[in-house]
Amino acid sequence: MSIPTSDLTVTDEKETWTGKVREAALGAFPPDRLLPDRQPAYVASWAYVFGALSIGALGVVLLSGGALAVEGPAWWHESSVGLFVNSLHLWSTEFFFMFMVVHLWAKFFMAAWRGRRQATWITGVLAFAISIGTAFTGYLSQQNFDSEWIGTQAKDGINSTGAGAFWNVLNFGQMLMWHIVLLPLVVMVFVGLHVLLVRRHGVVPPFAPTKAQLEKAGLSLAGAGASTAVADALGTLSPPPAQAPLQPPEARAEMPLQDPPGNEAPGQVLSQDLASPEPAGEEPTSSDQLWQLPKDES
Amino acid sequence: MGHTLFAGGTNFLAALINLGGNGRYISWGAVRISLANLIVILVMIALFVAAIAIPFPKHLGRRK
Repeated sequence: MSIPTSDLTVTDEKETWTGKVREAALGAFPPDRLLPDRQPAYVASWAYVFGALSIGALGVVLLSGGALAVEGPAWWHESSVGLFVNSLHLWSTEFFFMFMVVHLWAKFFMAAWRGRRQATWITGVLAFAISIGTAFTGYLSQQNFDSEWIGTQAKDGINSTGAGAFWNVLNFGQMLMWHIVLLPLVVMVFVGLHVLLVRRHGVVPPFAPTKAQLEKAGLSLAGAGASTAVADALGTLSPPPAQAPLQPPEARAEMPLQDPPGNEAPGQVLSQDLASPEPAGEEPTSSDQLWQLPKDES
Repeated sequence: MGHTLFAGGTNFLAALINLGGNGRYISWGAVRISLANLIVILVMIALFVAAIAIPFPKHLGRRK
């Protein structure tokens, strides 16, 4: 039996909204960009670790908070296990904020909003600000004299803003719901967006070396009036070594993350950055740019 | 009832720091800060300086 094809209507997958969303998501976040296993050489610094530490601490905050939610907010007053979990929740929150503040300082001094990374910076700021609000509602959910004192002190400040009409810090049920449902959801949304944007645009590259720094390293720009733009300067300083011919992208995936031979001296410190592969999340890099730092797009 | 499981740990901490007492505050003109908050801020600054100053182990940053 044959089916008359003239009666069939074939819809292109890309015409459906699910197809469009899938194509857009794959275009913006191909799997190797979403879950990269390589990073630029300049990421090998403790200063780049605190974002991941913040997320790790947030994970412990959420898990311990979930455990507290199972038994209720009064659990820690009557059980030693509850006290332990509550302390875990408190200290993971302390570490979350400590790591987040150090992360903020590091990114501020890197001017991490460079290169069309403004949205990454703003989502990080919003995640930080909303986390503070979430922590404050946690103080109000302790069910002890401390939370009573904080609530009665906070109400005057909140009322002076007018927000007291719908935000009553003396309403324990309201504060608890904001603390364990609404605000954590918003924090997770912004943290998720922040991480996705880091994956999309990559971590911010270091500043271009100044002329004084280059001279100190025994290097100089070629020719008078040469540009100090990163790619130009680094291209002049460190030509691609002949011993390590550039490879097509599929071959590069197998290459070890090591400096090409002969690229260490005289600017050894710089060469570590120069020899790095293109940063994850940057736009596809042509093969003749592999040995350069990414261009600062700001 | 109570905190018997961690009583030992609590007593140990209490021996080091009086967790039940009033907070200590440091005043400098118009600036007033609790000792606990000051310690946290100093720890964060120390972490930040250490993160910049301490070199990252190469074997952690590079694939063999």
